[in-house]
Amino acid sequence: MANLLVIAIGAILINNFVLSRFLGLCPFVGVSKKTETAIGMGMAVIFVMTLASAVTWVIWTYFLSPGTSNIFWIIANALGSDTPAAAFDLRYLETIAFILVIASLVQFVELVLQKTSPALYEALGIFLPLITTNCAILGVAELNTMSLGYSFLEALVHGIAAGLGFTLALLMMSGIREKLEFAPVPKLMKGLPIAFIISGLMSMAFLGFSGLKF
Amino acid sequence: MKMILKDLTKGTLIENPVLVLALGLCPTLAVSTSAINGLGMGIAATFVLVMSNLIIALIKKLVPGRIRIPIFIVVIATFVTITKLVMAAYTPALSKALGIFIPLIVVNCIILGRAEAFASKHNVIRSLADGIGMGFGFTLTLVLLGAFREILGSGTVFGANVMGSSFQPALLMILPPGAFLSLGLMVAGSRWILEKTGKEG
Repeated sequence: MANLLVIAIGAILINNFVLSRFLGLCPFVGVSKKTETAIGMGMAVIFVMTLASAVTWVIWTYFLSPGTSNIFWIIANALGSDTPAAAFDLRYLETIAFILVIASLVQFVELVLQKTSPALYEALGIFLPLITTNCAILGVAELNTMSLGYSFLEALVHGIAAGLGFTLALLMMSGIREKLEFAPVPKLMKGLPIAFIISGLMSMAFLGFSGLKF
Repeated sequence: MKMILKDLTKGTLIENPVLVLALGLCPTLAVSTSAINGLGMGIAATFVLVMSNLIIALIKKLVPGRIRIPIFIVVIATFVTITKLVMAAYTPALSKALGIFIPLIVVNCIILGRAEAFASKHNVIRSLADGIGMGFGFTLTLVLLGAFREILGSGTVFGANVMGSSFQPALLMILPPGAFLSLGLMVAGSRWILEKTGKEG
């Protein structure tokens, strides 16, 4: 339990996906002009990230990793093949498998929401197609499986927390940018450059969390 | 011929993917801690960009419009996988330094953006030129940003000491905030150059 808390705090504050891991910057810069759209985007990202963490973990563990839990080995074994379990190593396919799974997942979520919950679809709808190319989603999948080797529950918590961290950064940014509309920003710095400078300052503030120890 | 030359050079400044079009920001910020990391990432992404532009320009007539995006993604992911395996085998240190940003070339919006906006509409030669031009612009930006951060953050360029032994490196520049601050200044700088040369448009 304490372990899960550490993962959650780590993903939200210490290794914030946007400000310290540099994942999901396109939506961070693109849809942070208004707080309202920032909330919509944040919710959509939390939702898809949680689902994607769960699904890609299952794909990684039961389809791509070698060993006796590999589905292909179980089928081959049941059919009487005596190929060793270690031979079923499909991990090199992980990039292709993950991006396809995430793209289909987003399409599927969009269809389900459209049919079952028109209100939620109204709120998240326009953000969902953008999410496929959000590198934070593929990033969390790669981190969960390849780099950090999390268990299912840990991967799930990491997915939710990463989404929360993204939303936190996005909301703070949109709040600042709304106020910035009234500030006399030099012409050359308007828009993108000043957004980066602000992110830099926010990132500096978040650097303070790296002293958090449990 | 003139068009091809234009395709080759526009990525450097006028349509620079990072500084002007604001695409591919995540890898730009994440790997520009040193010039060599920037160069490695730039070359890897350029390879994927050129190869996927080539393949997509070749198959564009065979691909049904409605499912073109998934098909483009599979083409791109294939070249990313090749790049990932080659880098892990021949440049293990660089592969380790770039980490998850090598597989994440798949979702680099420059690549899908060029596939969708250029390669799916133009012939093979022009698509190749566009891939090389855009890849060069991306690599140049990464190397400049990496060198800038490396000089201020550790006093070296490509690992060679340039600032002398009395130089106190500003560690902040190679930490995440330094990436945001440097890129912000660089975008403003590129705007200034475009304005001075009157090429803004």
